[in-house]
Amino acid sequence: MLNQTARIISTYSADTFGVCSALFELGGMVVIHDPSGCNSTYTTHDEPRWYDHDSMIYVSALNEQNAILGNDERLLAETIETVRQQQPAFVCLIASQIPFMIGTDMQALARIIAQKTGVPAFTLPTNNMHYYAQGAWYAFRHLAEHITRASKGQEAFWAKDYANWQPTQAPKDGQLRLNLLGVTPQDFSINGSDTSLRQWAEEHDFYVQSCWAMGSSLAEIEHSTTADVNLVLSYGGLGAAAVMAQACGIPYVVGVPIGAMREVLAQNVQQATDKHGSSPVCQETTPSAPDGSPFPKGTASGYTTYLRHDAPSPCLHNYASACQGASASLLIGESVYAQSLARALESATGQHYRVIVPMETDDALLLPDTLRVTDEVDLEPLFQHAGTIIGDPMYAPIMPKSARFVSLPHEGFSGRLYEHQIPDLIAPHCFVQFVTQL
Amino acid sequence: MLQKINGRPSRACMRLADAAYPSPFAHTLEYSSPARGTWNIVHTGMLVPESHQIYICASGCLRGVVLTAAEMGAMDRFSSLEVREKDLVDVDNERFLIDGISDIVDRLPRRPRAILVFPACVHHFLGVNFRYVYDQLRAKYPDIDWIPCMMDPIRQTRSLTPEQRERREIYRQLRPLPHEEKACNILGSNLPTDPESDLLRLLTDNGWTVRDLTTCQTYDDFLAMAKGQFNIWYNTFTAPAAKECQERLQQDSLHIPQLWGYDEIADGLNRVADRISVPHPDWRPRIAACELALDALHELIGGTPIAIDMSFVFHPFSLARLLLTHGFHVTQLFTDVIFPEDESDFRWVQAHYGDIELWSTKNADMRLMDRQSHAGKVLALGQKAAYFNDTPYFVNFIEGGGLFAYEGIIRLAHLMSEAFLIPKDTRTLVLQKGWGGPCCLC
Repeated sequence: MLNQTARIISTYSADTFGVCSALFELGGMVVIHDPSGCNSTYTTHDEPRWYDHDSMIYVSALNEQNAILGNDERLLAETIETVRQQQPAFVCLIASQIPFMIGTDMQALARIIAQKTGVPAFTLPTNNMHYYAQGAWYAFRHLAEHITRASKGQEAFWAKDYANWQPTQAPKDGQLRLNLLGVTPQDFSINGSDTSLRQWAEEHDFYVQSCWAMGSSLAEIEHSTTADVNLVLSYGGLGAAAVMAQACGIPYVVGVPIGAMREVLAQNVQQATDKHGSSPVCQETTPSAPDGSPFPKGTASGYTTYLRHDAPSPCLHNYASACQGASASLLIGESVYAQSLARALESATGQHYRVIVPMETDDALLLPDTLRVTDEVDLEPLFQHAGTIIGDPMYAPIMPKSARFVSLPHEGFSGRLYEHQIPDLIAPHCFVQFVTQL
Repeated sequence: MLQKINGRPSRACMRLADAAYPSPFAHTLEYSSPARGTWNIVHTGMLVPESHQIYICASGCLRGVVLTAAEMGAMDRFSSLEVREKDLVDVDNERFLIDGISDIVDRLPRRPRAILVFPACVHHFLGVNFRYVYDQLRAKYPDIDWIPCMMDPIRQTRSLTPEQRERREIYRQLRPLPHEEKACNILGSNLPTDPESDLLRLLTDNGWTVRDLTTCQTYDDFLAMAKGQFNIWYNTFTAPAAKECQERLQQDSLHIPQLWGYDEIADGLNRVADRISVPHPDWRPRIAACELALDALHELIGGTPIAIDMSFVFHPFSLARLLLTHGFHVTQLFTDVIFPEDESDFRWVQAHYGDIELWSTKNADMRLMDRQSHAGKVLALGQKAAYFNDTPYFVNFIEGGGLFAYEGIIRLAHLMSEAFLIPKDTRTLVLQKGWGGPCCLC
């Protein structure tokens, strides 16, 4: 069997769509430089907010002649005209595979757009050939770089209402301020998970400074350097956390507050501030080192994350032995969410769940026995030896009849197909209900 | 009322009087509305019974087609081969395609009769030798009909669109067969034509067998279309397929556009009558029935504003003219292009009703359109018109919904009455892909 073939399973959402999803609510304009189709695919399958919320996400409709002749004038003219017409807070110009392949100078185009319109413009290294998590990582990291620079006066804030922005509710004296990083519908759907996150924070007397990026305005996010701790809720938020840790001294904790993880993360958040103090100050930023790879490398910060070996664990477990044998339980999904859920399930049931991460992540985030496997050809043999498999229903066709399949739809994989069945596992009662299925 | 965005006039709207034929709007960055009822190449390919589809492209492109198949409940007829970065530089792409496709075929639980293969834009730039690929596949799997399609929207402004090519390649699988004495086909449609339509009644009442891919149950049913003496087509993507069938299978091509004017309908039906050698029927009773239906409709809806979009029918100006000449209050048309068959009606409506608003459906400014700007009830014909007017009062179909000729007018009048009286859940309905096809969304 050949890698990269999928006889029957789906494919994860693409990096371009991860960018769009991350920036959707922030009042910017995202232009996908692509022939066609990207925009409708994203807006149909990967963006449940599209019908009800305006967001300036467009496709350039690149044609063959302009691609071959390297004619970028039409893209420039149309983008500049639309920026002047619609006055976004920023412009994000991203490439699909054809501009990537022909070497379109996206950075130069972004600079021209910024110069001609006065609107901040940037590009991100997408190419439609990576998955959504990578795109969200690029977008949030760029946003963090901007905010840290702006907070030091090195560039202007993008939000037109930045100066006048006031939170609807100010933090209480001494209340720990928290940014939630990496929250998009592709991992958290629109099932109330973002609200449950805020409720979790409130229950632990944390003040949510911002949520990147559901339910927070650009101005709110641009004020997020005053936070005490960043909570990274998906790999997509990790790059931003690393930037803010380095530039502003804001420690970060990684994990999703599901089940027993609710208390673990609350403790870790508190410990992170105890260790690093509660008054982070933005410092001179060290430019991120471009290493030529689209993948992040060496983002381990030394700050506490639940995923590190020495982190507090809701239950003691011998990972090495638990994943052996024919009755192993598997859980497939995004690295931070799936591993958090696995920990929570272990605590609730005593059963170990080995996690399979099929899309990009950072190795530093992974538990010792977590696997990174993407292709159908590699997944099928793994599934053969599983007793229970928790995953998206679109994996079901390659699961053996001997395995017990527990459906956990994931918008980043099956899109809107099962979106009404995606549980908000951050809500305690939903988690309890989910556990009863096991 | 023409709208403004940030104090500037919207580029997505103009008075019809100011519109140029055939492309009224300047190109801009493109917006994609949430109305999803139109068919794509996956939907059309699924019409081929006992077939399988294989797409070879990057994850961003795969995503849309994979999930189209999934939402149809047809993942068992769909496979993919994902192109990754390394495949752009250090891979023998012919070998990659042959091996990848072979791997999929060998793992299928049953052998399909035909496989539609869709490489993508990127393969043109890689210079892939498709002829070699298909020669190899045909030699390896001679029992399968290989249907070489493309998902290459980058070429659609100067070459065949993916939809045109797909149709041409599907019907290329028809092997020459002796023509049956009284058999013909409807070619290229996504939706079955209403069996009660004047078109099908004219044929079937005179003893003709009409085959249509949309109603084929087996691959052999499809292959039997080669027995037809002629092909009738009205789907606008069908011209290359009809031409190819004419040249290779000696099947006459009868382009009978889906027009809505009484005279144009009669002209089209009479051409069919000529082809099957029967006298022209007296269409006056049918026209009278249309008049009664339209009168009743007008009595009900009166001067209610009507908006029509280009996904509703192939030729919206023809439909607009019919309604305007019967006293209806058409106020908006949503279309980015005007087909040649619609030119005369476009010019007539433009000359007589120049104040009608003409809207683009994909201009970037449509994203910021004020969808609640209208006062009162709007009756929309088509999903996009419904979405852009945020109205629950709409007729929900695409591409004419199988309606045709005089019977089509009568049924449309009924559907408009129903739509006027009974509001629909617009959000739920327009979000579903591929109107008229299977859909697992609930």
